[in-house]
Amino acid sequence: MARFKDVGLSYGKVRALDGITLDLPPGCMVGLIGPDGMGKSSLLSLLAGARVVQEGRIEVLGGDIADPRHRRNSYSRIAYMPQGLGKNLYPTLSVFENIDFFGRLFGHDRKERERRIAQLLERTGMAAFAERPVGKLSGGMKQKTGLCCALIHDPDLLILNEPTTGVDPLSRRQFWELIDDIRRDRRGMSVVVATAYMEEAARFDWLIAMEDGRILAMGTPAELLAETCTDNLDAAFIALLPEEKRRGHREVIIPPRDAGDSEIVIGANNVTVRFGDFTAVDNVSFEIARGEIFGFLGSNGCGKTTTMKVLTGLLPASEGTATLFGREVDPTDIGVRRRVGYMSQGFSLYNELTVRQNLDLHAKLFSIPHDAIAGRIEEMAKRFGLEGVQDVLPEALSLGMRQRLSLAVAMIHSPEILILDEPTSGVDPVARDSFWQILSDLSREEKVTIFVSTHFMNEAELCDRISLMHAGKVLVSDTPAAIIAHKKAGSLEEAFISYLEDAIGDEKSTARTSSMPTQGDTEAIPAASPVRRSFDPRRMFAYARRETLELRRDPIRATLAILGSVLLMLVIGYGISMDVEDLTFAVLDRDDTPISRDYVLQLSGSRYFIEQAPITDYADLDRRMTNGDLSLAIEIPPGFGRKVARGNDVEVAAWIDGAMPTRAETVSGYVQGMHQTWLTQKARELHGDAATSGNFRFEIRYRYNPDVRSVVAMVPATIPLLLLMIPAMLSVLSVVREKELGSITNFFVTPVTRVEFLLGKQLPYIALAMLNFFTLSAFAVAVFGVPFTGSFFTLTAAALLYVISTTGMGLVISTFISSQIAAIFATSLITIIPAVQYSGLIDPVSSLEGMGAFIGKIYPTTYFVTIARGTFSKGLDFGDLAGSFIPLLVAAPVLLGLGVALLHKQAR
Amino acid sequence: MIMRLANIANLGIKELRSLRRDTMLLVLIVYAFTAAVYTEATAIPETLNRAAIAIVEEDHSPVSSRIVTAFYPPYFTAPRFIGQSEMDDRMDAGLDTFALDIPPNFQRDLLAGRAPTVQLNVDATRVGQAFTGGGYIQSIVSGEVNEFLNRYRAEADIPVDLTLRARFNPELNKGWFGGVTELISSITMLSIVLTGAALIREREHGTIEHLLVMPVTPLEIMISKVLSMGLVVLAASAVSLILVVEGVLGMPIAGSIPLFLAGTALHLFATTSLGIFLATIAGAMPQFGLLLMLVLLPLQVLSGGMTPRESMPEIIQTIMLAAPNTHFVALAQAILFRGAGLGVVWPQFLTLLVIGMALFIFALGRFRKSLN
Repeated sequence: MARFKDVGLSYGKVRALDGITLDLPPGCMVGLIGPDGMGKSSLLSLLAGARVVQEGRIEVLGGDIADPRHRRNSYSRIAYMPQGLGKNLYPTLSVFENIDFFGRLFGHDRKERERRIAQLLERTGMAAFAERPVGKLSGGMKQKTGLCCALIHDPDLLILNEPTTGVDPLSRRQFWELIDDIRRDRRGMSVVVATAYMEEAARFDWLIAMEDGRILAMGTPAELLAETCTDNLDAAFIALLPEEKRRGHREVIIPPRDAGDSEIVIGANNVTVRFGDFTAVDNVSFEIARGEIFGFLGSNGCGKTTTMKVLTGLLPASEGTATLFGREVDPTDIGVRRRVGYMSQGFSLYNELTVRQNLDLHAKLFSIPHDAIAGRIEEMAKRFGLEGVQDVLPEALSLGMRQRLSLAVAMIHSPEILILDEPTSGVDPVARDSFWQILSDLSREEKVTIFVSTHFMNEAELCDRISLMHAGKVLVSDTPAAIIAHKKAGSLEEAFISYLEDAIGDEKSTARTSSMPTQGDTEAIPAASPVRRSFDPRRMFAYARRETLELRRDPIRATLAILGSVLLMLVIGYGISMDVEDLTFAVLDRDDTPISRDYVLQLSGSRYFIEQAPITDYADLDRRMTNGDLSLAIEIPPGFGRKVARGNDVEVAAWIDGAMPTRAETVSGYVQGMHQTWLTQKARELHGDAATSGNFRFEIRYRYNPDVRSVVAMVPATIPLLLLMIPAMLSVLSVVREKELGSITNFFVTPVTRVEFLLGKQLPYIALAMLNFFTLSAFAVAVFGVPFTGSFFTLTAAALLYVISTTGMGLVISTFISSQIAAIFATSLITIIPAVQYSGLIDPVSSLEGMGAFIGKIYPTTYFVTIARGTFSKGLDFGDLAGSFIPLLVAAPVLLGLGVALLHKQAR
Repeated sequence: MIMRLANIANLGIKELRSLRRDTMLLVLIVYAFTAAVYTEATAIPETLNRAAIAIVEEDHSPVSSRIVTAFYPPYFTAPRFIGQSEMDDRMDAGLDTFALDIPPNFQRDLLAGRAPTVQLNVDATRVGQAFTGGGYIQSIVSGEVNEFLNRYRAEADIPVDLTLRARFNPELNKGWFGGVTELISSITMLSIVLTGAALIREREHGTIEHLLVMPVTPLEIMISKVLSMGLVVLAASAVSLILVVEGVLGMPIAGSIPLFLAGTALHLFATTSLGIFLATIAGAMPQFGLLLMLVLLPLQVLSGGMTPRESMPEIIQTIMLAAPNTHFVALAQAILFRGAGLGVVWPQFLTLLVIGMALFIFALGRFRKSLN
C-alpha cells in the first residue's frame, strides 16, 4: 500500500525524519506511536502528499508520491486529517457548510453532496448539530466533523494524525467504533493513525514505534509486547528506547498519604462560571486536604481550566465560592498569591528570557530577599535537573525539560499549594514519570497540596483522589480505586466511560444505534467519479463561497473592508491638501497713513489671509512668530505713504514662517502676487492708464479644476490608492490566514488546482472591492462635492480591471509570506509607497526619475489614476482613455500567472 | 492596593530583555529612526521637478524663441512642441501638466503696443505643480519679454520693493521639515506598536496569566510596559535627533533638545497607553495590525505634521484636538524650528499630560476588564 525507502526530512537544522525505510501493509489499521515531536506528523504528511519529499523515495497506492501526475490521480483516493482539534476545519462555518465545502472540492453535485452529507452526519451522530459553527463544538464533535470531511469522497487510504488527543474517553471510544464500522463497509480501506495514547494503540493491527525521527520497532502489538517482555505498551515503549534515554527511569510509586492531616486548603462550593449564555463550570464542589494530590480528569473544554482559574483568582465565579486556606478567593489579596504556585496549560514562560532569567524574574516578583535569590535558583535548578541549561533559552529545551522549568518557576517561592493545568500533555512517557516522581516527593515530603488536571488515565491513577469532569459538571469525586469499584469496571477508563454514559443518558445511545450499519445502501454508494479536469469551476466556487461566508462572520476584517476605505478617504482627502487658506498675518505699520492702510487691505481682504491684532514692536513680532501665531508678518516703514506719492524708493519687509516649507512657498507666492496687483493699481491711480497698459497679457487657465481645489484633485486619486491597499491586504490575509491556521492543508491534499484556488480566493474580494468602489465614488461626489464630468461606465470598467490586478497582487504577495503580521507589514510596504510616491498621486509620473519612474510606469495604479481623474474632472470617456486601459488589461493575467507560478501545491 | 516600585522595575527590565531578543522589532526600531528619517528628508522632491510642459509655438519670432529656450530641466522637462489641435488631447491623457500657447504675430503685436495675450493651460488636477508652476512660468515669460523689450525702451521704475524673508528655515529646506515629520511619525508608530505587541505577545503566550497569579497588579504590569517601551523610543528619538537630523541632515536645532525630549516623554505617555488600549481591543496580532492601519494614518496625516491644520475643515480640526499627535507636532515644530521655550509651549505640554492621563486611565480600565 505504501513503501518508504531511506526517507529523511529536515526543517532547517532540525532533523525530523532520518533513514526511514518501511512497508505499510494494505487493508489494515496501522498505528504510529511515540512521544510528541515532528517525526510522526512529518511522516504522515509525506504519506498524504502534503509535503515535498526531501530525501528518499515514497510510493503510495502504486506510484511515486513525488510525481505530480500520480499525486493528481491520488487526491481522490487519499484523505488526510491533520493534527489538532478541527485544524483543517473552518471554525466560523457550520458543520454542514464544512462538509459541503469538501464535497464541492471533490466535484460532487448538489444532490450527491446532500445525500452523502446526510448519511455521514447520521452515521456519526452529528445530524442534530449540522447547523452549529464548528468553533463551538466540543473536541470530540470537531473530530467527528473532521472525519466526515475526510470520508466524503470514499478514500482508499485514510490518514489520521492524533485524532483523539484531548478528547474525552467516551467520544474516543465512539470515534474508534465509527472507524471500525466504516472499515467493515469498505474492506479495502487502509487506515494510518498516529496516537499518543498507548491504550488505543493496542487495538491496531500493526504498530510502528518512533522516537527522534527514527523507527524503534515495528510489528503487531502482540509482537512488540513479546519482544520487550512487558504487559502493556507504555512499558514496552520505554523498554524500546535507547539505553541513555531510559537511564534513571523507574516506575512511579507514590507512598500512601499520612491520613492525619485533614486541614482543607482548597475548597469549591457550588462554583458556577458562565460566559454569556454558555455555562463553562456548572455547580462544582470539592474539598482538598493539605498534602493531597487531587486530580481533575476530563476532555478539552470540559471546564477543568476554568475551575482552576477561579481558584487562582484569574476568573470570578458567577455563583458559589472558592476558598484557599479557608478564606474566600480574593483577586486583590496579594498575600495569598505568595502561597500558591500555578502552572498554566502549555508552556507559558518567557521564551525570550533564559532559564536563569525566568527563575530570577519570578523570584524577584515574589519578593524573595535579594541575597537569597541566587541560592534559591541554584536549589531549584538542582532539584529539577536544570543545572546544565541555566543560560539557555527555553525554546532550545525539550518539552519535558520545559515542563520541569515551568514547575521550578511555580515552586520558586515554596508555595503550599500547586495548581497544575495539564502539565504533561505532549511529554514522552519517561519524562512524564520523572515529573510525577517530583510531584510525589513534594506532596509526601513537603506536604504541598497539589491540584493537577490531566487527560491521561495512568496519571489519574497516581492521584490520591480524582474528579471526573464533563461539560462543566463533576460526575464523581473519589479515590481511583473506589471509582473503579463503584462501577465494577476493569479500568479507570471504563469507569469514566460508564459515568459519562450515565450523565449523557439516552441522547448518545440513540446516536450509536443509528451508527450501526443498518442501511443497506452503504455498499451501493458509487465510488466518486474521478474529476480530473484541469479547471473545474465548481472547485473554484467552493473556495469563493467559503471565503465569502468566512468574511461575513469575521467582524474586524469585514469592518476594515467596508468602513476602512471610507475612513481613509476622509483622512487623505482632507489631510493631503495643497490648499493653504486662513493664514494668520499681522502688520507692524510704522507709517499708518491711508496709503499704508490701503496696502494692508490688499491682504486682509483676501480669502487666504486672516488679519490679527497689529504688531507693536520687534519683540512682539518675534514672540508671536515663535509661538506660531503668525504665518506672515509685514512691516511698513515710516514715511511709506509720502515716498510712494513722490515715487521714491521704499521697501516693505515681510517675514514668513518657514517651519513648514510648502506652506511658506505658497504664502510667498500669494504675497508677491498681491504686491504686484497693488502696484499696478497704484500706478494706474497715480499716473493714469497709459503707464500700465502693459506689454502683453498673460492668461492662466486652470483647467478641469478652475478653483484649483485640492479636494477635486486628490479625492478621485485616493480611489485608486484605497482600491489597492485594502483589497490587496484582504486577499493576502485570506491566503496567509489559511497558512497560519493550518487549513491550507486542504489545498495540499484535495484535487483543487492552483488556478482554481487563487481565483476562488480572489472572486469575493473583487466583488467586495467593487462595492467599495461604488461607495467611494458616491462619497467623493456627495461628501466632498467633487463634480463628476465623464463617463461613469468607463470608470467602472476600469475599476473592475484594476481591482482584479490589485487583488491579484495581494495573492502574489501571499505566496511568499507565512505569518499574518508579516503579511500586513509587507503589503503596506509594497502597496502604499509605490502608490503614493510613484503613481502620479502627487507628482506626475513624468516628473519622476530613475527607479521611481520605472515603478511608476509598470504600476497599474498610475493608469487608473489617469482614468479616475480623466473621468471625474476632465469629462472623458472610453475613447479618450483607451491607452490607459491596455496596461490594466495586461496586468491581470500576468499577476494571475505569477501567482500560479509561485504558489506551492505542497508544504516545504 | 499599593503599587510597588520594585515590581515595576523588575517587570520593566523583563520587557527590555524580551525586546532585545526580538530581532524583527529591533530592526524596525533602527530602521524607523535612521534610514526612514533620512530617506524621507532627502526624497521629497522640489515642488517643481521635471514638470511636463508643451508649447504651441505659432509665432516663430526672436521673442518667442527666447521664451521657448527658457524652459529646461530640472524644473521642466525639455518642452515638446505641439500643434494647437493636439493640446487638448494631450492634456486629457495627462501627458502634459502645462501647455503654453504663444499666438501668431506675438512679437509684432508686442512691439506695436497692442498687448497680445500668451495663454497658459494648466492641468489643475495636479494641484501641487499647478500653483507653483503657473506662477513660475509667468515670471519666466515676463522676464524674457521684458528683457527683450528693454532693448527697445527703458522700463519705468517700480517704486515699492517687497523684501521677503523666510524665518526659521531661510532656504525653505524641505528636507529638514521632512526629517522632523518622519521622526514624529516614527515616535508615534513605534510607541504604539511596541507596547501593543508586548501585551499581545504576553497574552498569546499565556504569560500574562502567569503574572496575574503572582503578587503583581495590572497597574504595575501596565506601568512597566508604558515606562520601558517609552524609554526605548525616547532614547531612540534622542539619538536620531542628534545623529540623523542634526548630524547627517545638518539641520540647526533652534530650541532646547532636553525640552523637546521632555515633550516627547509626555507624548509617549499618551501613545503607549493608546498601544495598550488597542491591544485590549484586538484579539490577536493580525487584528492589531489592521487596527493599527486605521488609527495610525489619521493620527499622522491629520495632526498638522504633513499639511497645515488651518486648511482642514473645522470639524476635523476640532476632532483632532483630542489626538496627542496634534499637540506633539505643534510643540515639536515650535521647539525645533522656532526655538520656542517652555514659556511658549507650556499649553501643549499641559494638554498632552491631560490626554495622556485620560488615555492611561481608560486603557487601564480596559486592560483590567480584558483580564477577566
